[in-house]
Amino acid sequence: MTFELVCVLAAGLFSVGLFGALSQQSIVMIMMGIELMIGGVIVAAAAFWHFLAPSGADGQVVIVAAVVAMAVEMAMGFAVTTAIYRARQVDMTDMAEDLKG
Amino acid sequence: MESVLLAVLGVLALAGGVLVFRCDSMARATFALLLSLCCVGGVVALLGLPYLGVVTVLMMIMEMVVMAVFMVAYMMNPAGLMPMSMLHNRRGSLAVGAGVFAALVIAVFLVPWPARRGGPPPDTTVQVGRALMGGQMLTMIVLGFVLLATMVGATVLATRRGRYDRFGDALDRRTPRDPVGGGVGR
Repeated sequence: MTFELVCVLAAGLFSVGLFGALSQQSIVMIMMGIELMIGGVIVAAAAFWHFLAPSGADGQVVIVAAVVAMAVEMAMGFAVTTAIYRARQVDMTDMAEDLKG
Repeated sequence: MESVLLAVLGVLALAGGVLVFRCDSMARATFALLLSLCCVGGVVALLGLPYLGVVTVLMMIMEMVVMAVFMVAYMMNPAGLMPMSMLHNRRGSLAVGAGVFAALVIAVFLVPWPARRGGPPPDTTVQVGRALMGGQMLTMIVLGFVLLATMVGATVLATRRGRYDRFGDALDRRTPRDPVGGGVGR
């Protein structure tokens, strides 16, 4: 039963992050939503490792990859924010909808 | 005892996550996210992975401090002195978020999960270290290249004027084109 509850926690973190990433206007807040989503992935990977396959290291490797994804997302997100703010003083997504189809 | 702690950390993580998008103050939102992700690290540690849990907590503290600086730099309402809504398409996002949550929860309870196979090794840190330096070496190499590419890419994107701006696309201009002439006037 604990396994399911931890998975529900992961699903909750992922969904809250998804809501934030979809609804926020500020680029930085969108990145916070994505961080929460990756946090959910980390919880799910730890649960899968602990409750289903503790003898293999695959769950742990997924956590390492997720942590790296977090770092990459932060670095590139802030770089893009800096670039677009410098070029056009844009800090909200609604001001950067050139590619809207 | 352990399950109580797990429950407390889980509820705190979820509450922090919700609080991130409820605060007016950006600084408060950042620290709510820090609380949430630290609890995620605690959950990971409680599930038997102390090394990865501590790594997650340490990394989140650094990330959120950096994030707080950028918040203050780029946000329209860093201190939350006036309440304002920074949302667009609130109803659609709520629907998508709730739908995804419902689908995931249904899947969690409907999927026939396999039974637990094997037990945890005596030292989980040794397990992940051996995997990364052995069978999962390719993963480690790819992660290393991704991080290197990120460093280069982030630096290039964030540079105001690089050498291609100063010396031309072929880098063949003899004197750099700078907004202010420097040097000794030769």
